[in-house]
Amino acid sequence: MLIIDCPWCGKRPEIEFRYGGEAHIARPADPSALSDEEWADFLYNRTNPKGLHAERWRHIHGCGRYFNALRDTVSDFFVTTYKAGEARPEHPRPDVEGSGT
Amino acid sequence: MTNRFRTPSGGRIDRAAPVSFRFDGQTFSGFKGDTLASALIANGVHLVGRSFKYHRPRGFLSAGSDEPNALVNVARDAARSAPNLRATQVEIYQGLKASSQNRWPSLAFDAGAVNDLASPFLPSGFYYKTFMWPAGAWKRFYEPKIRAMAGLGVAPTVPDPDRYTQNYAYCDVLVVGAGPAGLAAALAASENGAKVWLADEQAELGGSLLSETSATIEGMPAAEWLKATLATLAARDNVTLLPRTTAFGYFPHNLIALAERVTEHLAAPGADLPRERLWKLRAKEVVIAAGALERPLVFPDNDRPGVLLADSGRTYLNRYGAKPGERAVVFTACDAGYRAALDLKAGGVTIAAIADLRAEVSGELPARALAAGIDVRPSTVVVGTKGRLRVASAQLAKVKNGQVGPAETIACDVVLMSGGFTPSVHLFSQSRGKLTWDVASGAYLPGTSVERERSAGAARGVYGLQRVLEDGYAQGEAAALASRDFASPARGTTPAPAASSRAFPAVADDLGADGFIGATPHGRNPALAKAFVDWQNDVTSKDIQLATREGMRSIEHVKRYTTTGMATDQGKTSNMNALGIVSEALGESVPKIGLTTFRPPFTPTTFGIFAGEARGDLFDPVRKTAIHDWAAEHGAAFEDVSLWKRAHYFPRAGEGGRMEDMHAAVARECRAVRASVGIFDASTLGKIEVVGPDAAEFMNRIYTNAWAKLEPGRLRYGVMLREDGFVMDDGVVGRLSHDRFHVTTTTGGAPRVLAHMEDYLQTEWPDLDVWLTSTTEQWSVIAVQGPKAREVLRPLLPDIDLSKDAFPHMSVREGSILGVPTRLFSVSFTGELGFEVNVPAEYGRAVWEAIYASGERFGITPYGTETMHVLRAEKGYIIVGQETDGTATPDDVNLGWAVGKAKKDFVGKRSLARAAMSAPDRKQLVGLRTADPKLVLEEGAQIVADPKAPVPVPMLGFVTSSYASAVLGHSIALAVIKGGRARIGQKLSVPMADRVIEVEVVEPVFYDPKGERLNA
Repeated sequence: MLIIDCPWCGKRPEIEFRYGGEAHIARPADPSALSDEEWADFLYNRTNPKGLHAERWRHIHGCGRYFNALRDTVSDFFVTTYKAGEARPEHPRPDVEGSGT
Repeated sequence: MTNRFRTPSGGRIDRAAPVSFRFDGQTFSGFKGDTLASALIANGVHLVGRSFKYHRPRGFLSAGSDEPNALVNVARDAARSAPNLRATQVEIYQGLKASSQNRWPSLAFDAGAVNDLASPFLPSGFYYKTFMWPAGAWKRFYEPKIRAMAGLGVAPTVPDPDRYTQNYAYCDVLVVGAGPAGLAAALAASENGAKVWLADEQAELGGSLLSETSATIEGMPAAEWLKATLATLAARDNVTLLPRTTAFGYFPHNLIALAERVTEHLAAPGADLPRERLWKLRAKEVVIAAGALERPLVFPDNDRPGVLLADSGRTYLNRYGAKPGERAVVFTACDAGYRAALDLKAGGVTIAAIADLRAEVSGELPARALAAGIDVRPSTVVVGTKGRLRVASAQLAKVKNGQVGPAETIACDVVLMSGGFTPSVHLFSQSRGKLTWDVASGAYLPGTSVERERSAGAARGVYGLQRVLEDGYAQGEAAALASRDFASPARGTTPAPAASSRAFPAVADDLGADGFIGATPHGRNPALAKAFVDWQNDVTSKDIQLATREGMRSIEHVKRYTTTGMATDQGKTSNMNALGIVSEALGESVPKIGLTTFRPPFTPTTFGIFAGEARGDLFDPVRKTAIHDWAAEHGAAFEDVSLWKRAHYFPRAGEGGRMEDMHAAVARECRAVRASVGIFDASTLGKIEVVGPDAAEFMNRIYTNAWAKLEPGRLRYGVMLREDGFVMDDGVVGRLSHDRFHVTTTTGGAPRVLAHMEDYLQTEWPDLDVWLTSTTEQWSVIAVQGPKAREVLRPLLPDIDLSKDAFPHMSVREGSILGVPTRLFSVSFTGELGFEVNVPAEYGRAVWEAIYASGERFGITPYGTETMHVLRAEKGYIIVGQETDGTATPDDVNLGWAVGKAKKDFVGKRSLARAAMSAPDRKQLVGLRTADPKLVLEEGAQIVADPKAPVPVPMLGFVTSSYASAVLGHSIALAVIKGGRARIGQKLSVPMADRVIEVEVVEPVFYDPKGERLNA
């Protein structure tokens, strides 16, 4: 069972959290301006990468907050977590990369 | 029976404490400290089971948790009956009752052994190839027969009365395995200030030291050193010792699952003790000191009772004082066979011969064997054994230039074999560490780590008592130091080889690193010789060779095709030999063939320990409303709605004192609501308080409806969509003030709706100043429905003007009822004049009783969810999840009116604009009438235009709700049908198994279509 570092509460076991899908997919400001294809792309298409994946998690049995995480989908390890609204870290800090903390 | 094979002295058993026990109905005696296996061996019993597939007689192969054969059932009583326990791990106690498995009618004569004679017809893949015809016979005939014939133990049929507990724990360093490496690691880690847990699966801590009779450590005999070391560790406050505790699972971030068997070994377990404890231990660092497992040799008839691993034979003698036989043949590929032979000879067992696979036999142990006068035969193999239920002789033959010479028969009652040792890398592999193939020792060793762990001693291929002790100490010290700096990275690293800061001068036999994997040559007709690789699943070398001939190349395929390594022992004794055979058959090196992944659990683990306290009443939480007990006292039948208990209906005694059935009760309740007044507990409705300056804007975005113009004091029926445009939930929403909404949701949907709202609020619109609070448990909701509802409530609500003009339908007023604050809704889910009284839950029952008392003059009738369903269906009101299935738009279920067309945006709006969402052939909600008014359709039944159309008959839709309506005098149904609204008036068909039911498509509102009663 992974330990996930909630940016608000700190390290907690995985069972306190719920997965929330890919991060940084903003709801369009004016959906009506989008074509059907563009809207379908927003609704359904996700990157599904092999490797680093930015994704949303919610500390549902804790503070209740959504936050974002970078997780390696190959190893299932969290590289880092950050608050919702913050930009995806471009270069994960070398001292935490791979540490899973 | 006597302990004929017990040595006169020695061993770790307590000879002052005799223990009598029963095996297959026969009484035996042993001593405290015996396992079932050692006690049976001391009594000369080796036949303890029948094999899985061929029903061949089987004895003990090993002395530990790797035992594949000796699976027994131990039963204290009918409920406390545990199948498939390894006799090598079962500690005997006074009165223990054990029995063998997989035999009929008896162990000595087993009818299933005919499979052995038929074995030429049972090759690998036999099941895949054979039981394919005729279609359907697998389920009806083959599978039940095969399951009856094969198989392991029998599960008890009564509930387990014992208690199992689950505990979380934390430590700095967990040491798995209390052999020499683990003990030294625990010493080092605890001396460096770490909080240490030391767990071992055996009853006694000590590992291989428990079988040592001649070795010395730091000048002391091994047993004395062990005693002193355990005392030292036990005296340290920072050390926790856990015998009988298996580290069975290694999960991410060093979460180790430990199964502690607390009472299994006790004759009379105390009632205060759980039977087993599950420890969910989070360790900062882990030292895996799991030792190594001895490999069998794969030669014909190597499964006969009396053929066992050499070091296990030595353990039975040295640790338990139980001689595995009187005359032994040893077959070995390494020096372990010599060590066992020398110890057994010293214990009074005749060593008839040592057959050594190796051509060159040198070194100290062989020299000692020769000096002791043992017949040592290099380049010699065992090509077979004889004996019906026990080995009686072994056939030995010389191997010269790869050719097996003529066999010589040597009488014996035990054959000891050793193919060398395999490091126990199971936990390391579970931790997802990468194994590397070590050419020198011919073994897979722990390579790159993923978790914060390190292996020590034989588990990483370090052999020799002194080297193992010093390696253990070094790894324990390194682990303790690493645990101080918990934040440092550990993943993807290989622990640097650490040097021990403490020397452990030890004198012990050096076994070297020789060994063999694969099948040994035998020169016999391969069709008739069975050389077992996997004892538990009855896989022979021939099966594995056949799999490679049939095209299997990867060990993963060979494993699944032959089932080798797939038994409950996970191939502890078989995996490496299977690899060796595949490697030889394909002419590829072992690392090219690969290695299957080890998965939890290390050894079979009880369901009880996983269930813990989560059983019976504690399996799932039960939610009850404040009015629950009143309903129970008034005879309600309850139904489960998500976790809630809801009153389903309130049966009354009818004519002749007979209780009404549900149909009669519901008919009476429905009539009462329509004619006078009913009272209903709606407390389970989900409730969310939406508060803040931007609350109305938030509601506008989340719901389809327009909220901005809803005045405080008014209610509105709200519809919520997912972003894909499909109905997600619905509920009545009250606006209490410009910045406060009282939102209700479906009973089952409350958490989902709140999470959906939080998601948008937190991540899409964090700029909105809104607060969401779940208030489901805070409010009791009492629905008073029917033409007399106003008169029932009026005396209780002097402060609120209930008149039609002052308090119209779909309004909310705040006030007090009986001095209790209330939010009063004028709302109806029945089609009658109705109110919902919200009061704080702690006053729910009192207010309910007061309303009930006030309604008695009108014959107020409590009704349950079934009546609620009938009444709402008569009005065509939908239930989300019943009329909708996640693919219904608001328009599909006639809720188009609730969509705010003028709103620029709301969740799901853009999706509704897709052409397909308004296609005319979408399934639309309609009503159905059956030609026979008494006939009630089945919910879920399919609807077609022409039941005689050629198959596949086009399906138009299906029935979503269906009831007998007592008020209307005929059955009613709701359905979703393609282009349904355009079909109103049409006749369609509902084909059932026994007949075709004709239905007419009608408007979905069956009762009071103009809604006049609502505003009465």
